[in-house]
Amino acid sequence: MALTNIFIQEKLVEKFGDQVSTFATDTDILSFETLAANNLKVIQFLYDELGFTFLTDLCGVNYPDQKDAEIVVVYHLHNFIENIRVRLSIAVPVEKPDVFTASKLFESANWMERETYDFFGVNFIGHSNLKRILNVDEMDYFPLRKEFPLEDQTRIDKDDEMFGRG
Amino acid sequence: MRPVRFNIHPKEAEIADAISMAPAPDGIGGDGFFATQLSSVVGLARKNSLWPLPFATSCCGIEFMATMASHYDLARFGSERVGFSPRQCDLLMVMGTIAKKMAPVLRQVYLQMAEPRWVIAVGACASSGGIFDTYSVLQGIDQVIPVDVYVPGCPPRPEAIIDGFMKIQDLVGQESIRRRNSEQYKALLNSYGIQ
Repeated sequence: MALTNIFIQEKLVEKFGDQVSTFATDTDILSFETLAANNLKVIQFLYDELGFTFLTDLCGVNYPDQKDAEIVVVYHLHNFIENIRVRLSIAVPVEKPDVFTASKLFESANWMERETYDFFGVNFIGHSNLKRILNVDEMDYFPLRKEFPLEDQTRIDKDDEMFGRG
Repeated sequence: MRPVRFNIHPKEAEIADAISMAPAPDGIGGDGFFATQLSSVVGLARKNSLWPLPFATSCCGIEFMATMASHYDLARFGSERVGFSPRQCDLLMVMGTIAKKMAPVLRQVYLQMAEPRWVIAVGACASSGGIFDTYSVLQGIDQVIPVDVYVPGCPPRPEAIIDGFMKIQDLVGQESIRRRNSEQYKALLNSYGIQ
């Protein structure tokens, strides 16, 4: 039978019970959440049983107001045969953003996890080369976390005075 | 009757009007001699044969391509030869956004140039970071190398780039040949951690 969002949801609930939650469908893509501890189990299940053999994207999101779930890691998976996508997200606290690496399942996750580490500081446990990939190596913060202001408040070289409006 | 495609009244080129000569520096001249300062002669030679090194990273580089091409023709100012080796060039033209990751590369290019060398920052990004007021972009190349002339604009028109180039020519023409050995110049380079 053709793979449908409802079928995928039923399979996931049957296998993982209440460990998968918050099912929603945004623009035809099934989205759901799971616990950070069993992200690999869910991805492996989607790969083996439901044919999601391609990792389209892996990225981070920062929700500073979600207590103990500030950092969210999102996986986009694609089933080429049925041309169906799912979106899986896990949330971790900002104090201890530990996530198991998906780079053993998907080689393509290697650089995407480095990028997510670079911008959000997610610590991917088991990653072979977890270091900055886009920003300068000397950077000592994670720039896309919302705790950092967009610009340095102490700088004076772009004040109005510098443009004759002082 | 001749076919029209033959021009039987060709326009003779006025070669005398087409050649422009740089004006001679101040000095004392007479029959068969001319005396002036060495720095004036050196400055005259340098300012009319600058070799630019384009360091173009974004849209200001496109404007520079127009500046170099036939319509605006940077070669009129003695800069026919745009060099792509820093070791042969006198003028580093930085055009475009310089990311923080690019800053060491730009600095390396500057260090590879031989003295005397001049730097022109073309456009808002090279001068101040421009609209990219963000964690990844260098807020002006004068944070890593000394700059002689800034050209404003986002991007500046070719006329503005030419105006900046002529400002550089003024600087070059008036520069003392001892300037590069002066204490002030060494202090300037030291403030950038060079030498």
